[in-house]
Amino acid sequence: MVTIYERKQPQERKLGLSRRELLKRGGAGALLIISGSAVISPEHAWGLETSALKPETMATLIQVARDIYPHDQVPDKYYAIAVKGHDETAAKDPAHKELIEKGIADLDKKAGEGGYRGLGWEEQRVALLKEIEKTPFFQAVRGGLVVSLYNQKEVWPIFGYEGESYSKGGYIARGFNDIEWL
Amino acid sequence: MAAQFDLKNDGVVVIIGSGAGGGTLGNELAQKGIDVVILEAGARHEYEDFVNDEWDSFAQLAWKDKRATSGDWRVAKDFPNLPAWIVKSVGGSTTHWAGASLRFQEHEFKTLSTYGKVKGANLVDWPVTLAEMEPYYAKAEAKMGVTGTNNWPRLPGNNNFKVLKAGADKLGYKECHTGNMAINSVERDDRNSCQQTGFCFQGCKWAAKWSTLYTEIPKGEATGHLEVRPNSMVIKINHDASGKVTGVVYADKDGKLQEQKARIVAVAGNSIESPRLLLNSESSKFPHGLANSSGQVGKNYMRHTTGSVYAIFDKPVHMYRGTTMAGIIRDEARHDPSRGFVGGYEMETLSLGLPFMAAFLNPGGWGRSFTTALDHYDHMAGLWIVGEDMPREENRITLHKDEKDEHGMPIADVHFDDHANDTAMRDHAYKQGQALYAAVGATRTFPTPPYPSTHNLGTNRMSEKPADGVVNKHGQAHDIKNLFVSDGSQFTTGGAENPTLTIVSLAIRQADYIAAQMSAKSI
Repeated sequence: MVTIYERKQPQERKLGLSRRELLKRGGAGALLIISGSAVISPEHAWGLETSALKPETMATLIQVARDIYPHDQVPDKYYAIAVKGHDETAAKDPAHKELIEKGIADLDKKAGEGGYRGLGWEEQRVALLKEIEKTPFFQAVRGGLVVSLYNQKEVWPIFGYEGESYSKGGYIARGFNDIEWL
Repeated sequence: MAAQFDLKNDGVVVIIGSGAGGGTLGNELAQKGIDVVILEAGARHEYEDFVNDEWDSFAQLAWKDKRATSGDWRVAKDFPNLPAWIVKSVGGSTTHWAGASLRFQEHEFKTLSTYGKVKGANLVDWPVTLAEMEPYYAKAEAKMGVTGTNNWPRLPGNNNFKVLKAGADKLGYKECHTGNMAINSVERDDRNSCQQTGFCFQGCKWAAKWSTLYTEIPKGEATGHLEVRPNSMVIKINHDASGKVTGVVYADKDGKLQEQKARIVAVAGNSIESPRLLLNSESSKFPHGLANSSGQVGKNYMRHTTGSVYAIFDKPVHMYRGTTMAGIIRDEARHDPSRGFVGGYEMETLSLGLPFMAAFLNPGGWGRSFTTALDHYDHMAGLWIVGEDMPREENRITLHKDEKDEHGMPIADVHFDDHANDTAMRDHAYKQGQALYAAVGATRTFPTPPYPSTHNLGTNRMSEKPADGVVNKHGQAHDIKNLFVSDGSQFTTGGAENPTLTIVSLAIRQADYIAAQMSAKSI
């Protein structure tokens, strides 16, 4: 089972990690650390436990997800939720596990020392993704994300999408024609 | 009370499909006292069951059975197993449709005479004229509660419409309004008026939008002459030695094969399933499929020349609020070859929710060029292009050579190549749409590729001469007089208009014809 859980306590204290250690361990983009079988975001107090994929793989997958659909206003947590299905599938399907593990290992190899997450600029990482754009690995990750990221009701307000409206009586009294700037 | 007919009852009219064509025909016949069994492949979901959620609703209503695609259209690349976005549920695609109800223009019934021969196109004139259709259009509009007819007011314009209208004014377009919509602008027919909820494509939870599900079907059932049998997937039409059809074989809700006897069979499964069924009903007498002596079954598949234009503004729009398609510009619907193409197109307001916008704005797209568009979702306006496409023999539905569905029936392969006329029209429409939004201050515009087809037309077309098509002017097969086609597959050509009003009008007209033929004992 993969679970996304909220942390009540600041993660640093719980893990006995100093801020400096955290920074050392974290990737170049978002600050994600690996502890046991979990990917943890100490800054934002959530964690994701993996069951089939290596937690390092999951952390990189989260970064890949952000690089494919970068929305600077969307926190990592939602990218983590969007890719956690790959861990669930990998637990049931060895071929899928291999697809993801090998895909990530390949990206790390292409990135050189420090791996994919060690590349400091999005452009550098995107250049690697462009190279593998046609691979089944990339297609599987991108194709799944377009639903698993944008179909999270929690991210809709970030984009100004209001979702279900029937229970509120539609928009007849709630601004269906409220545009004023024309 | 809804009727229940015996499988061996060979006096019934069997209709395959319960959408705009089948649902309407069923009620019209039942009102005349004729016994009807409608076999519907999908389940019955009432309007209370609809969900305001794009993917959940898709799972509930869409026809998701696998289909194959081929040809140079982009849908074949982006959605290789989903060529069409249509419905498998009682009510068919009238649960999903947007409600736009436009009559064809006079010349659109006579395209060969009006446009002349177009290279690479298989144009013929309809065997019906606008004048013949007008009384039936009027009946359909009255039945469906079309705004802007019968003194029903048009719907109020939403934000997306207001942007469209402002752009139309700037470009000098003259005919721009909130459309002729089969959506109640006032309470009528024991149904609510529109509450500007959005989610028109997900089934109207107010039942304000006309759908056979909660109009024609219950009215027909109330006569005691109509039975709707859901979860009944027809796989073959049987015939006797004389060539007359005698009944249909279908897989029932448990997957068990049943045969329903029939006096008359009417096929209304939409333009992919209807030819698939006729082709699959081949026999030693009809080795190329039923009603196919012309070889035209499955050919001349049309899907309208479509595309969308979305635009981002520096201020909010909230296009998804309110009636999805209540907004139209008709000026480009005329036939004016000086634009570089024959036929014309409509521009209609359109919006998608965030989940579908992500899936359809630029399928396969990723990276910042893509995501910065979505970042401004609430600042977007959008329109849909719907124009006449050219019928081509090569654009066709065939039975897949290898792949079969769960009932052993070959899946449909949908082949489509754009005609040069389609491409020229789409490019013109993209340019106009982008100019329209630029005129209102858009900071970025998106010429968005066609979605999986919602308007599927022409694969069992009407023709004056039996050699040119599959059915006559009443939708009756040229080859078999007790076999009818009652959906959009009988369209000879597609026109620029959303097809449902014409499908409903043809079904009303066909019911009169069938009833007359039955009383004359000629079928």
